[in-house]
Amino acid sequence: MMKEELETTNRPDNTAFTQQRLPAWQPMLSAGIVIPGFVLIGLAFIGIGVGLFITSQNITVLEKDYTGVETTSDCYKCSNPSDKNCTCKLEFSLSNLFEGPVFFYYGLSNYFQSQRSYGASKDEYQLSGDLDYFKTPVSACSPYQYDANQKPIVPCGSLANSMFNDTFKLYQIVNGTKKLVPFDGKGIAWWTDYNIKYRNPSVTPLKNAFNGTVKPSFWSKPAYELDTSDPSNNGFVNQDFLVWMRRAALPDFRKLYRRITEGDYASGLPAGNYSLEIAYNYPVLSFGGRKKVVFSNVSWMGGKNQFLGIAYLVVGSLCVVMSMVMLIVYAKFKFPEDD
Amino acid sequence: MEIELLRTACMCQTVICCRVTPLQKAQVVELVKKYKQAVTLAIGDGANDVSMIKAAHIGVGISGQEGMQAVLSSDYSFAQFRYLQRLLLVHGRWSYLRMCKFLRYFFYKNFTFTFVHFWYGFFCGFSAQTVFDEWFITLFNLVYTALPVLSLSLFDQDVNDWWSFQYPQLYTPGQLNQYFSKRAFVYTVLHSGYSSLVLFFIPWAAMYDTVRDDGKEIVDYQSFALLAQTCLLIAVSIQLGLDTHYWTAMNQFFLWGSLSVYFAVIFTMYSNGMFLTLTSSFPFIGTARNSLNQPNVWLTMLLTSVLCVLPVVAYRFLRILLWPTINDKVRYKVRQDKVLPPTPRRVQARRTSTRRSGYAFSHAQGYGDLVTSGKFLRRTPKSRPALFSQTDSPLAQTQPQFYRTISEREEPPLSP
Repeated sequence: MMKEELETTNRPDNTAFTQQRLPAWQPMLSAGIVIPGFVLIGLAFIGIGVGLFITSQNITVLEKDYTGVETTSDCYKCSNPSDKNCTCKLEFSLSNLFEGPVFFYYGLSNYFQSQRSYGASKDEYQLSGDLDYFKTPVSACSPYQYDANQKPIVPCGSLANSMFNDTFKLYQIVNGTKKLVPFDGKGIAWWTDYNIKYRNPSVTPLKNAFNGTVKPSFWSKPAYELDTSDPSNNGFVNQDFLVWMRRAALPDFRKLYRRITEGDYASGLPAGNYSLEIAYNYPVLSFGGRKKVVFSNVSWMGGKNQFLGIAYLVVGSLCVVMSMVMLIVYAKFKFPEDD
Repeated sequence: MEIELLRTACMCQTVICCRVTPLQKAQVVELVKKYKQAVTLAIGDGANDVSMIKAAHIGVGISGQEGMQAVLSSDYSFAQFRYLQRLLLVHGRWSYLRMCKFLRYFFYKNFTFTFVHFWYGFFCGFSAQTVFDEWFITLFNLVYTALPVLSLSLFDQDVNDWWSFQYPQLYTPGQLNQYFSKRAFVYTVLHSGYSSLVLFFIPWAAMYDTVRDDGKEIVDYQSFALLAQTCLLIAVSIQLGLDTHYWTAMNQFFLWGSLSVYFAVIFTMYSNGMFLTLTSSFPFIGTARNSLNQPNVWLTMLLTSVLCVLPVVAYRFLRILLWPTINDKVRYKVRQDKVLPPTPRRVQARRTSTRRSGYAFSHAQGYGDLVTSGKFLRRTPKSRPALFSQTDSPLAQTQPQFYRTISEREEPPLSP
C-alpha cells in the first residue's frame, strides 16, 4: 500500500492538456483539397480580374504636363524662377464627352513627400488649434520653427511651408469666347481631417489668434487669409491646405484640386476646345520635379489602374495552370502505398 | 590506444563495459564525445553514474532503487529505464520539431517585415521612413504575432505518441539536423525576400495614381502604411497556419484572435477619441475608416495574400508527392488509418540490431546469467529493405539499418 502511494505521488497529471493529447484538427495537403482549391481560386481571380479590367478601361484620364521644360510649351516662360506671378495657358481639346463627375488633380513627380524628416516636420498641436504651441512650436519643425527675428511660425514645419500654390482656371472655348467651367472645392479633403484632425483656434476673428506669429516663409498669404470669402474654409481647415498636408506615400503623386460637377458640366466635359489658365508659382525644376494636371473620372475601384485587373487575370491563369500541372504530377506519381 | 578502442567499439553494435569505475564510465563517454561528431546520452540510476551523466551531452537519471544521486545531477529524470524510449522518440522529437518550426517562422516573419522597409527605401529617398505605422512596429512582435507562434511551439505535433513508437525512423531527421540547418536558413531568407517583394510591390502598383471611389486621396502615406501592414499581417498569419500541423482549440483561438485584435486595435487607435486625448501620439486618425471601406484596398490585400501563400502551398504539395520525407509517409499512413479502420495488428517479428553502438555498464551481479543462457539470441535477424539510407550521418555504417519495433504498451492506443 505504502509502495503504491509512493509510486503514484510523483506521477504527473493524466489530463489531455498535460499529456499532450488535446483534440486537434490535423489537416494534410492532400490532392483532394489543393487541386480543386487552386482551380476555384484561379477561376474566381479571373472573374474578378475581368471585372476590374473592364472597369478600368471605362475610366477616362487626361494628363498634361505643364512644367515648361520644352521650349514649345507656353509655360516655358514661367520656368524661370525669378519670374514671379507668371501665368501660362495650356490648350487642349476633347473629342468626346468626358463623363462626369470629372475630378481635377494636380500631380507632382520626383517629389518626395515621403521623406522621413520632411513628413515629421509639423506641429500636430498647432494644427489642432492649441494656442500654446502658437508661441512655442515643437522642435521637429526646425528649421521652419522660428523666423530670423525669433518669431514663431504658424503653421510651422517644412510640410506646411512647401504648400502647393499654383492656381488653375478652366475655360471652354465656345464660339471664340471663353466660358468659365465652375470648380467645386468643397469636401475635397477627408471628412476626418476637416472635422477632427485639424481645428482652427477658437478665437474670433481668426486673425487675432495669429498675433505675434509669422506666416511660413514660402507662403504669400498667412493662414487666416487662405480663403477670406468662406470662414469655414479659412485657416487650418482650408481644403487645399488639408489636401496638401495629407502627405503622399510615393514620389509621383496627384492631389485633388477641384471637382467639376455644376451647371452645364454636371454630366461631364463636352467635346470641344479648352484652355487652362495656370498661375505658375510653384518651382520644381531645381530638383528635377515635374508638374502636371490630370482630369479623371472615378468608379467603384477608384481611379484608372490597369495593374489590378491585369494582375488578377495573370494570377488566376497561373493558378489554373498550376492546378493542371499538379493534377498531372499527382496522376503520374501517386503517393507510394508502401511504408 | 584510446582511438583504437573507439574504432573497435564503433564497429560493434553493442558494447558492454563491465567492472568499470565511475571515472572510467565518464572517460568512455568523453572519448565518444571527443572523436565522434555525435550527441551522447548517458542514463544511470546510481551514485556511480553521476560522473558519466555529467560528462554526456544529455544526462538521464533514474530515481528509485539506488537513491536520488543520479537524479540530482541529470538533465532529465524519470522512474524506469523504459521511459527513455518515450523521452527520445516522443518528447525529444516533438521538441526538436517545435523548436525548428518556431525558429524558421520567426526568422521568416521578421525578415519579411524588415525587407519591406528596404524596398520602400527606394521610394522615400532612403530617409529611413518606416513604411508601417510606428505603433504597428511596436505591437507586431509583441501582440499581433506573439501568441500564435507560442501556440505553435507549445502544441504542435506531426504524429501522436503511439505512431512515434510505431515508426522510430521518424527520429532520424533530428539526428541529421534536417529541419534547421544553414540550408534551411537560406531557404527562409529567400522565402522572406520573395514575400517582401510581393508585400511591397503589389500594393505599390495597385495604389499607383489611384484614388478613392469618391475621388479623394488614397495613396497618402498613412493609407499606404495601413494597407502594407495589413497585407503583411495577413500573409504571415496564413503562413503560420500552413506551418501548423496540429490545430488545437488554442491554436485556432490565438491565430484568429490575434488578427481580430489587430483590427480592433487599429480601429481604436485611429479613432477620434484617442486622437483628441493624445494628439501627437495618434496621428493616423481617420485612416482606417477612410481606406478600409474601399473595394480596391481589400482586393489588393486579397491578391497579396494569395500571391504570398499559394506558391508555398504548391511547393509543399509537390514536394510531398515527389520527394516524401519519412514524416510525410507516416502522416499519410495515419490519415489512411483514420479513413479505413485499422486491421487487427499482427505481432511484428522482433527485429534486432540497432543502428548505433550502445554502451551498458554494470558493476553488480547483474543479468549476466540471463545473457549467457541464450534466451535473447534465439531469433535470427530478419533482413528487411532499408527505409532510407543514412550514408551522410557520421555514425552511419554502410550496412542496411534496422529498427526495433516495440510492440508492448501498457495503455490502449488513444486516438491514433
